[in-house]
Amino acid sequence: MLAYTLKRVVVAFLILLVVSGLTFSLSHLSADPALTIAGEQASDEDIEAVRKLYGFDRPVIEQYVNWLSRALQGDFGKSYHYKAPVVEMISGRIGTTMTLGFLAIVFALVVSIPLGTLAAMRPNSLIDRFALLIAVFGQALPTFWFALMMIILFGVWFRWLPISGNTSWAHFVMPTIALGYYATPALMRLTRAGMIEVLSSDYIRTAKAKGLLPVSVLFKHALRNAIIPVVALAAVWFGFMLGGSIVIETIFNLKGIGWLSYDALLRSDLPVVQAIVLIFASFYVILTLLADLLNAYLDPRISVR
Amino acid sequence: MINKKEVVLEVKNLSIDIPVSQGILHPVDNINLHVERGEILCVVGESGCGKSLTSLAIMGLLPKNAQRTAETLELNKEDLQELTERQLADIRGNRMAMIFQEPMTSLNPSFTIENQLLEPLLRHKELSKDEARNQVIEMLELVGIKPAEPRLRQYPHQLSGGLRQRVMIAMSLLCNPDLIIADEPTTALDVTIQAQILELMMSLQEKFNTGILFITHDMGVVANIADRVAVMYAGQIVEEGPVSEIFDNPAHPYTRGLMGCIPVPGKLGQDNTLGTIPGMVPSVVNDFQSCRFGGRWDENYKENFEPCRLTEVPKKRRSFKVNLNEKHLVHFCCDECLHLSEHTLVEGSS
Repeated sequence: MLAYTLKRVVVAFLILLVVSGLTFSLSHLSADPALTIAGEQASDEDIEAVRKLYGFDRPVIEQYVNWLSRALQGDFGKSYHYKAPVVEMISGRIGTTMTLGFLAIVFALVVSIPLGTLAAMRPNSLIDRFALLIAVFGQALPTFWFALMMIILFGVWFRWLPISGNTSWAHFVMPTIALGYYATPALMRLTRAGMIEVLSSDYIRTAKAKGLLPVSVLFKHALRNAIIPVVALAAVWFGFMLGGSIVIETIFNLKGIGWLSYDALLRSDLPVVQAIVLIFASFYVILTLLADLLNAYLDPRISVR
Repeated sequence: MINKKEVVLEVKNLSIDIPVSQGILHPVDNINLHVERGEILCVVGESGCGKSLTSLAIMGLLPKNAQRTAETLELNKEDLQELTERQLADIRGNRMAMIFQEPMTSLNPSFTIENQLLEPLLRHKELSKDEARNQVIEMLELVGIKPAEPRLRQYPHQLSGGLRQRVMIAMSLLCNPDLIIADEPTTALDVTIQAQILELMMSLQEKFNTGILFITHDMGVVANIADRVAVMYAGQIVEEGPVSEIFDNPAHPYTRGLMGCIPVPGKLGQDNTLGTIPGMVPSVVNDFQSCRFGGRWDENYKENFEPCRLTEVPKKRRSFKVNLNEKHLVHFCCDECLHLSEHTLVEGSS
């Protein structure tokens, strides 16, 4: 288990290194940053001065190493547009995004695991069809449309929930459902498929032959094995929700990272974009690492391979 | 001393029906069985004859679509058909336990051996975890896993097939059941391990005086361990009796066919081949329109007798005692089969 953990951690570091290189080089290839900073009316001398000031005339490798070493110390530079340190801009908003992403994945799991389990217990029953209906809707409905429909229904008609901002927990209800529902179909169908397979396995028959009660057969012996692929998928989805909440944050006016990245991209605010991409890539890698370790804990055979 | 005649399992007219798209399957058709305390009853038959379903039916673990009917299904005089699902769960793993064919997949890969062995004890007995743990260790050592303690923390994938089957045997014995149903427990193991496991089961059975219903298709295993034998064919029991009687004096053509399939070292010359039973077990969809054994008579029979050509629905089954032995019974599906085998039967009664 220790050797397995070390191996996964080393691999994670290597992935992060590659990601940081890609992030840096891609953003530098996409546009001339000096041009953006200097503005449209700037003269050639101005642009050249800016280039010198920001070090864009240096070899790319040198710029990358400088950027990375500062980034590792927690300094991502200053926003070209807002002139504020990138770290401050991100740290002020990351709480909102994390809260939303966490609530959304919890919502998705709370809906999909019980529903997938119920569906697997009675395939082709009414409850299975109902679960399938929910899955198909979740897969087919665009998030923004679903979010707007909720706003009309619960925000405008019934006036139950606030539709904009992030000042109270009530503000998170609709964004959470909108974002979480998007992940529900895949997680639920995977739970169902895993459960159906596990429930017909020999060790479930053994558990029943021991005289264990159905609750313990289902939740101890079956769910633990059926949930292994769900854990891996949920980790990926959590990463996706942190990075992919741009639409939801914009619709509900939640000033999180998604909203910030949208803003920074429009303004070609490179330090902000780089920092956000690197941070989310790190999240992704760390989540995948955690999912791997959790999987190895749930299924002891994994750490042997 | 416990009375040898005490019956732990009594099954009368057990049938299993499974509706399928082409009709109704009758994989088990009116079988009678009983197991006495301290006795090993071997149920023998080829694949698909209904052996495993019979064992699952007794445990109440049939698949949902299978329907069980029985005149009598009693464990220690207690009617299992009367019990609720909850009461049945109280008995399973406690007063009757089961050992399965596949030790590689019968243990949950995600839990330690200790965890899985503690379960039946904590479920059925009022024991503290420490007491239960001590019993588990004791039982593991009894099934030959010594030292037992380091094994407790291991997961099934860290054990060999033979060790896993020992764990399964330990699991079945933990609550000291009246009846153990062993469904081909040695089939998935290699031959040397098979012998060890059989020996282990026999010694433990003697120690605990448990009744064992042992399901197998291996006549060699039967010869080794059985007290009594029930030969099953196409969902019915065709012959039953003490093991020596069955081996010395097989009366039903199917039993004789099975005997012919046992390779005996030294007895087979170069020119004679190992016996086979021609044909396959008939499909058990819908009611039989002709004799179940029709078409499977071997050449020796065919030379001397006309094979059974019954084409109508068979009359009531007929049972006969062989050699005046009260316990050796042969059951024929129809009069014609009986007639064909009659030369071996000394006395008949219906």
